[in-house]
Parts: sequence; C-alpha cells; structure tokens
Amino acid sequence: MPDTDELAAGFEAEFERTIAADQRIEPRDWMPDAYRRTLIRQIAQHAHSEIIGMQPEGNWILRAPSLRRKAILLAKVQDEAGHGMYLYAAAETLGVDREELTEKLIDSKQKYSSIFNYPTLSYADIGVIGWLVDGAAICNQVPLCRCSYGPYARAMIRICKEESFHQRQGYELLLAMVNGTEAQRAMVQESVDRWWWPSLMMFGPPDADSPNTQQSMAWGIKRHTNDELRQRFVDMTVPQAAALGVTLPDPDLRWNPERQAHDYGEPDWEEFKAVLAGSGPTNAQRLAHRRRAHENGAWVREAAQAYADKQAARSRKEAAA
Amino acid sequence: MSEDVTDLTAEGGRGAVPTTGVEAGAGERKRRSWPLYEVFVRGKRGLNHVHVGSLHAADDEMALHNARDVYTRRNEGVSIWVVRADHITASSPAEKDPFFAPAGDKVYRHPTFYAIPEEVPHL
Ligand SMILES: [Fe+2]
Ligand SMILES: [Fe+2]
Repeated sequence: MPDTDELAAGFEAEFERTIAADQRIEPRDWMPDAYRRTLIRQIAQHAHSEIIGMQPEGNWILRAPSLRRKAILLAKVQDEAGHGMYLYAAAETLGVDREELTEKLIDSKQKYSSIFNYPTLSYADIGVIGWLVDGAAICNQVPLCRCSYGPYARAMIRICKEESFHQRQGYELLLAMVNGTEAQRAMVQESVDRWWWPSLMMFGPPDADSPNTQQSMAWGIKRHTNDELRQRFVDMTVPQAAALGVTLPDPDLRWNPERQAHDYGEPDWEEFKAVLAGSGPTNAQRLAHRRRAHENGAWVREAAQAYADKQAARSRKEAAA
Repeated sequence: MSEDVTDLTAEGGRGAVPTTGVEAGAGERKRRSWPLYEVFVRGKRGLNHVHVGSLHAADDEMALHNARDVYTRRNEGVSIWVVRADHITASSPAEKDPFFAPAGDKVYRHPTFYAIPEEVPHL
C-alpha cells in the first residue's frame, strides 16, 4: 500500500504528463491547488466581466434608433448574460459556489475588466464597442479555446461562436453611420477616440510587468503573452479602421516593414490601474446597479424556492398515500 | 487596489483582470441556493444528447426553461435533458486505470486484430 506522499507524487506526475501532452484537465482530476485557484480567479472574473458588460450596452436598448437595431442589441446583450452563465458553470466545476462568486463581485472582492467602467455617451459607442471591445475580446478568447482546463476551453468555444456576431453587428452599425451625415461621421470618430486606448488596455500590462504570465503559460492556461495579443489586435484593426475612414488616435501608429507589424504608442497604464482599482468614471455605478439587481431579485428566488418546496412536499405526500 | 495586485493577465478574456491579490473562493455552499442541474442537448434528429454545461434552478421545470435560454439561443437543439447533478453516478478519476482495465487487454474485440488476405473482398 503506497503512503500518501507517494500517492500525491503520482497524481502530480499524472497532471504534468497530461499538460505536457497538451491534453485537457477535467473537473475531477487531481490538480495543484495553485492551478485550481488561478483558474477560479480567472474564470470567475471573466464571468463577472460578461455580466457587468451588459450594462454599458443595455443602457442603449430603448434608445436604439429602429426596431431592427433594438432587436440586435437586445440579442447581443442577452448573449453576454449567456457568456456569464457558461463561465460561472465552468468555475463551479472547480468547487466554488455561484452564489459565493456573485457575492464576491458585489463586495468588490473580485474584479472585472476595466473596459466596462467607461460610460457609453453616444449611440456610436454601441458600434465601437462591438467592433473594438468585442474585437479585443475575440483576440483574447480564441486562444482560450485551447486552454488546458476542459470546462473553460469548452465554454470559450461556445462564446467564440457568438462573438463573431457581436463584432460584425458593431462594424455594420458603424458602416451605416460613416455613410450617413457629416454629424454621424463625427460621432463615430469621437467614439473611436474615446475607446481606442481602453481597448488596448484590455490586453493587460506589458509583458515585463506581468510576472505570473510564465506560470500560466506553463500550465497551458495562457497561450500568448499580453503584448503578443495586443499586437495581433492592432494589426487586425488598422485596415478595418481605414475601411471605415476613421483615424485611430495614436500619432505613433505606423507600419514597420522590418517587424512586419505596426508600431504603436504606449497606453496610459496609470489610468488603467486607477480604473481597475475603482476610480474609473462608472465603477461605483456599475457595482451599485449589479447589487440592486441582485437584491431586487431576492423575492423571485425565494418565491421559486417556496414553490419548489411545496411541490416536493406534495409529491412526497402522494407517494406516501 | 491593494499593493499585491500587480499581475494582470489578458486571459480574463473580456479584458485583463488580476490573477493575484483577489480572493478565489472558499467553496462554501450557500444556504438554500438552488440545486445544480447538468444539461444535455440533442442538436438535431438522429444525434445523441450531448452534455453542454450546467445551471441552477429551483425545480426541474425551471431547469428546462433556463437550459433553453442559456444553451439554445440559436437553434442548437431539438431536445433537452436536465438532470440534477447530485443524481449522477460517475466513475472515479483516481481509479480510472483499474476500472477500465478489463477492456485494456482485449485487442481481439477490434476488427483490426484479424489478419485477412488483401485480395479477399468486402471484409
Ligand atoms: Fe461575451
Ligand atoms: Fe461579446
């Protein structure tokens, strides 16, 4: 009979073998505690980002200019709720409770993406969010479809299938606007000016300031560094901006033939840290709204539970009779 | 932001989130939270139901409705099963090798085990 140390070493070797063979870790497999905790933080906060991310766009559903645009935006926002649900389900396979995660969000003990702490000031923002913010999310999320943790990877596959609609509807909306009046074109440019830098920040700080990236990459959670993903996003976006006839607000942005990639300026990382820490334009409002929605829904959750209890009691009684 | 929130990763998917300096989650089950259901969807006629994820619901009927809204917003299914997670019996991953061992050494259950001359047709 092997002792517990030998058993633990065996489990760890099995885990390392699975990762090295680029196979997936599944929920009931043994995994190092740090791997489990890293995944819980990432998946939970990814889920929170999807849920909080409904607010800036949901804000415009009633004001979207036509029934067609309202229906599209409603479907898009509903998808984001769905993304949050897929991800909470994936997080729960790691042994956390969904209620607990919701409370950690509301109590600010876990964070969400800084991008959702900027306000949506004009309807052009709806197009720009679809194009740039969902576009950046796609760059981040596509490699996650190959993440070493099975449930996270599978949730990402579902999400990526839906993101393409999000980005295209945004871009199409912008095309309609830039083909409209001078005032509409100006609205689009003004919106791009506000969202460009926050979108670049979505990829996180430069690699040199991201000490845990190596561990995440060794575990097969992360597949590319922050800077690699940011570069990919910039290179993809530049021709899309040209097709719209908008200017990306970065004087240092230019093609570098030696690197076969675009050079670009440095985002304001102090702003990024401040927004993530809670001093963005809408942090307090976003959390207050989420808390209010949760509290206002309490009676629904209680009523549904009371109904389920009553039905269960009735069927027990019938079974006994 | 507390001082130890230094590392941020793009792997938050929707944008960088801290991977250190925030709480992970203790795994404490909240009092009275709705039970967990596993969801299986048949994509179209002729296919098996396939596991797609899980959700919480107060009862079976609500679980079905939630499954429709969460997992079939684009006609991904023609039929849904929901099963309470605590009603599922699963093989243990720790003993997976011994558990599946009986099938491991029975190569004669596979057609490729049998050598048949090339020129014999339809076999
Ligand atoms: Fe999403
Ligand atoms: Fe999206």
